[in-house]
Amino acid sequence: MQKNLKTKTIIILAFLVVSIYGIFGIPHGVSGTALKDALLQRINLGLDLKGGTHLILQVMVDEAVSTASDSDMGGIQADLQQNGINGATVSKPDPNRPEVIQITGVPADHVSDVSGILNSRYSTNYDITPGVNNTWTLTMKPTAVTQLKQNALDKAIDVIRQRVDSFGVKEPAIEPYQLGSYQILVELPGIDDLGRIKDVIQSTARLETHEVMGGPWPDKQTALQSIGGTLPPDAELLQSMPGASSPDSTAEWYELKKIPIWGGTDIRDAQPGHNPNTNEPEVDFYLTSAAGNKFGQFTAANIGKQMAIVLDNRVREVAVIKGTIRDQGNIAGGGITEQYAKDLSMLLRTGALPASIHFLQETTVGPSLGADSIHQGVVASIAGMLAVMAFMLIYYKGAGVNADLALFLNLVILLGFMGYSGATLTLPGIAGVILTIGMGVDSNVLIFERIREELRAGKSPAAAVDQGFAHAITTIIDTHVTTIVSAAILFVFGTGPVKGFAVTLTFGLIANFFTAVFVSRVIFDALLSKKLHGEPISI
Amino acid sequence: MEFFHDVKIDWLGKKWYFLGFSLIFSVAGLISLFFWHGLPLDVDFRGGTVVRVKFAEKPNVDHIRSAADKAGLHDARITQYGAEGNNEVMVTLSLQETSEAALDQGRANIVRTLDQNYSSTGPQNQGKLDLDNVSRSALVSWLEQKDPEHLGADSNAAETRYQQQADAFLHFRDDVHSGIVNSVDQIRGIVDPAVFSAFQQDGYLSGFHVQGAEIVGAQVGKQLQKQAILATLYSLAGMLVYLWFRFELIYGVAAVVACFHDTLITVGAFSLTKQEISLTVIAAILTLVGYSMNDTIVVFDRIRENLRLSRREPLDVVVNRSINQTLSRTVLTSGLTFLTVLSLYVFGGEVLHGFSFALVIGILIGTYSSIAVASPMLVAYQDWRVRRGKAAALPAARKARV
Repeated sequence: MQKNLKTKTIIILAFLVVSIYGIFGIPHGVSGTALKDALLQRINLGLDLKGGTHLILQVMVDEAVSTASDSDMGGIQADLQQNGINGATVSKPDPNRPEVIQITGVPADHVSDVSGILNSRYSTNYDITPGVNNTWTLTMKPTAVTQLKQNALDKAIDVIRQRVDSFGVKEPAIEPYQLGSYQILVELPGIDDLGRIKDVIQSTARLETHEVMGGPWPDKQTALQSIGGTLPPDAELLQSMPGASSPDSTAEWYELKKIPIWGGTDIRDAQPGHNPNTNEPEVDFYLTSAAGNKFGQFTAANIGKQMAIVLDNRVREVAVIKGTIRDQGNIAGGGITEQYAKDLSMLLRTGALPASIHFLQETTVGPSLGADSIHQGVVASIAGMLAVMAFMLIYYKGAGVNADLALFLNLVILLGFMGYSGATLTLPGIAGVILTIGMGVDSNVLIFERIREELRAGKSPAAAVDQGFAHAITTIIDTHVTTIVSAAILFVFGTGPVKGFAVTLTFGLIANFFTAVFVSRVIFDALLSKKLHGEPISI
Repeated sequence: MEFFHDVKIDWLGKKWYFLGFSLIFSVAGLISLFFWHGLPLDVDFRGGTVVRVKFAEKPNVDHIRSAADKAGLHDARITQYGAEGNNEVMVTLSLQETSEAALDQGRANIVRTLDQNYSSTGPQNQGKLDLDNVSRSALVSWLEQKDPEHLGADSNAAETRYQQQADAFLHFRDDVHSGIVNSVDQIRGIVDPAVFSAFQQDGYLSGFHVQGAEIVGAQVGKQLQKQAILATLYSLAGMLVYLWFRFELIYGVAAVVACFHDTLITVGAFSLTKQEISLTVIAAILTLVGYSMNDTIVVFDRIRENLRLSRREPLDVVVNRSINQTLSRTVLTSGLTFLTVLSLYVFGGEVLHGFSFALVIGILIGTYSSIAVASPMLVAYQDWRVRRGKAAALPAARKARV
C-alpha cells in the first residue's frame, strides 16, 4: 500500500512537472513579465484575443471551367479548319452552363469526319451526344468539372499564400473552408488595416495578349454598329484604360480575338522597372520559353497588325507589331505609380488567380478589443475559480482541500495540453476553461456525496472512500462522454473561436477524469494511511 | 456542512405543477418566437455589418444616429454596450447595405460619418494623422516618411527605430488605454521627444477608436444557420444513441425530450429578452445539451441502481427516492457550475455576454428538467404501458458495464 502510494505520487508529480513545462517552457527568469512572455510563447492565442483579420473568400470556380471550355472551343475550331471543314459554328449556348459546347452547321459531307475528330480528341473530358441536323453537344464530364474546380481552389490558395507572404504577415492561415463549397479561410494575425492587402488578394492579375480585330471606338454601341450588329463568337469587346494606344488617348473600345496569344500562366517573371526614355515606372515581364516560341511565331507572321495587352479584362496597351517579339514585354503608361508597379509585378510573379474571388465575410478585431477580452476572461476565470474553491472548503472542510488541489492540478494539466498540442486559445476557449472549473468540480461532488452516504450507512472511512469512488465512476464516465460528444460536434461544425471552446472543454474534461478520479483518490489514501483504523475523516 | 439531509420530497406528486411551469415557459418562448420578437439573430447568421466603436467621452447616441441618417445610412442601429464608463457603441447595418460586391462599404461609410460628424475633427485636421485609429503598418510608414529623427529615408536604422516607436505608442494606446488616448500630452514620455513633436504637429485625436468590425455576406449567414441547426440536432441524436446504448431506449428518449425542452426554453429566453443569437451562443446551447444530460444521467443511474436493489417497489417510489438521494449532488454541482458561469456573465465582458446568458438560463433549466421532466416521463411511460396491458416493469436496463 505504502509503496504503491509512492509510485502514484511520483506519477502525479511527473504530470505536474511535464504540464508546467508545457505551459511555460524554460522561462528566461522568474519575474512576472518573463513568465508572461514564456506563457505567450507556448500558448497560441486566437485572432479574437491577439487581434487580426479573418476573411472568408469564395472562389468563382465556374470561371475556371469556362476558361477550360473556351480553350477547348478554340481547339475544336482549329481542328475543324485544319481538316478543311468550313461553315461549322462552335459555341457555348448557355452562359450559365460553361461546361457545354455546341457545334452546329456542319456540312452533310463532313459528318463522319467531325464525329471522328470529336471522338478521338475530346472524348476523355467530354460526353459527346450527336443531335438532329448534324449538331453535336459536348458536355464536360462531372469528374473533369470537379477536377477543374478543385485545381482552381488549390491554385487560388497557393497564389493567395504567396501574395500574403509578400506582405510579411506573421503566421497567416490560408486553408479551404466548408468542404465542397470552394471557399477559402484567410486569417491574418495583427492586421487591422485591410485596404491594400484586400486589393492584392482579390486582384485576379490575369495578364494576356490578344490580337486586335477592330477598333478603337468611343463606346460600346458604336463598336457593335461598326462590326455589324452582332459580335462574332470568337471575338470580344473590351474597354481600354486611358492612354492605352497613345499617351493622350481616352478610354476606348476594341474588338479582340477571344482566345489570347498567351495568357496568365505563361509568365515566368515580372519586375518593377523604369522606362529608359521617360524614367516613368513600368512593369517588365518575361514569358516562359514555350509561350515565348509561340509568341515569336505569331509576331513574325503578323508584322504590321495590332495586338493588345490585357490585364484583368481591361486593355492596358495597344501596339503595332514591328518585328518578332519572343519572351519579354512591359506594361507602362496609364498613371502607374511606383507602389502600383511593385504590387503588380509581385502579382504577376505569383501568377494569376485561376478565377475571380468574392469576399463573403470579414471580421476584424483590433488589438485593444483583444486585450480587453483577455483581461476580462482572466478576471472571470479567477473569480469563478476562487468562488468554487471557497465553497468546497467550507462545505467539505478537509475533503475540500483535496478537491481544490485536484481542481488546481486539473487547470495546470489543461493549460499544459494547450501548450503541447499547439491548439489555439480563443475567447470562448477561456470560457471553456471557466466551465471546466465548474464541471470539473462536479466529479468531486459526486464522489464526496457518495462517500458521505456510505459513511451515513455506517461504513468505515476506508470502506466508504472505496465504495464512494467505485460507485461514482460509472456516472462520471457517462457525464464526461456526453459533454465530450457535444464538444466533438462543436469542433466539427464550429469555426475558429468556437473550435477553440470545444478544444479547451475536451482537454479540460479529460484532465478532470485524471485529477478527480486518480489524484483525489491518492490524496484520500495518503490521509487514510496516516490515520488509525476507523478514525473519522473530514468530509 | 450539509444542505440536504435525508430529504423526502414527493417529486412525482408535483408533476402537474411541473408540467404547468414548463408549459408556461415553453409557450411564452414559442409565442415570442413566432408572434412577437421572432428569433433575434446575430450578424453571424443574419448577415450585415457591425462596427464596434469606443469613444473618448460619453457618446451622444442620438447625435450619431442623425449623423448616420444624414450620410444615407437610414436603418443603422446604434446601441451602447458594456459598462457605462467604457463609452462603447455598436453600429449595426442590415444586409442590404452589405452587398457582397463591396463587402466593407458599410464600414467605410460608418467610419467616414463618424470622422466627419462626431469627432472633434475640423478642417484644421485635414491631411493629419488620426492617432486614435492609425494601424501599425500605416503608422510605421508615416513615421518613415516624416523621419522626425533624421535617420535617412529607406535606411534599416530608421525602419527598426520607427517600428519600435510605433509599437511603444500602440502598446500604450491599445493595451493600457483600451484603444483611445484622451490627450496628446499623455503620449509625452511614451515615445521619443522628436516623434512626440511630430505627433503634436501632424497628428490629431479623433476622439473615437474602431475596435473591431464584423461583416457577413448573405451566403455565409445562410450557410451558418444551416450548420447550427444541424449541429444541435446531431448533438441531440448523439445523446439519444449514447443513452440507448448505456441504458434503454426510453431513458434516452426521456433525456432527449428534457434536453429539447431546455434548448427550447433557452432559445425562447433569447427571443423574449430580444438578445441576439450568435455563433458562440450556439456553442453554449450545445454545451447545455451535454450538461443537462449530465444531471439527467446522474438521476437515471441512481434509478437503475435502485431498481436492481428493490424490484418489488413501485416505480414512482423508486424514482422519488432516487431523485432525493441525488438531490444534494444535483443542486451542489449545478450551483457550482452556476457560480462559474455567473462570474463569466458578470466579468467576462460584452463579447461573451450572449454565451454566458445562455449558460446562466440553461443551467437553471437543465437542473430543473432532469428532476421535473425526464424522471416523470419514465413513470408516465410505465403507466401508459400498464394501461395498454403490457408488462408493467420498466426495464431496469441492461446490467451496467462497470
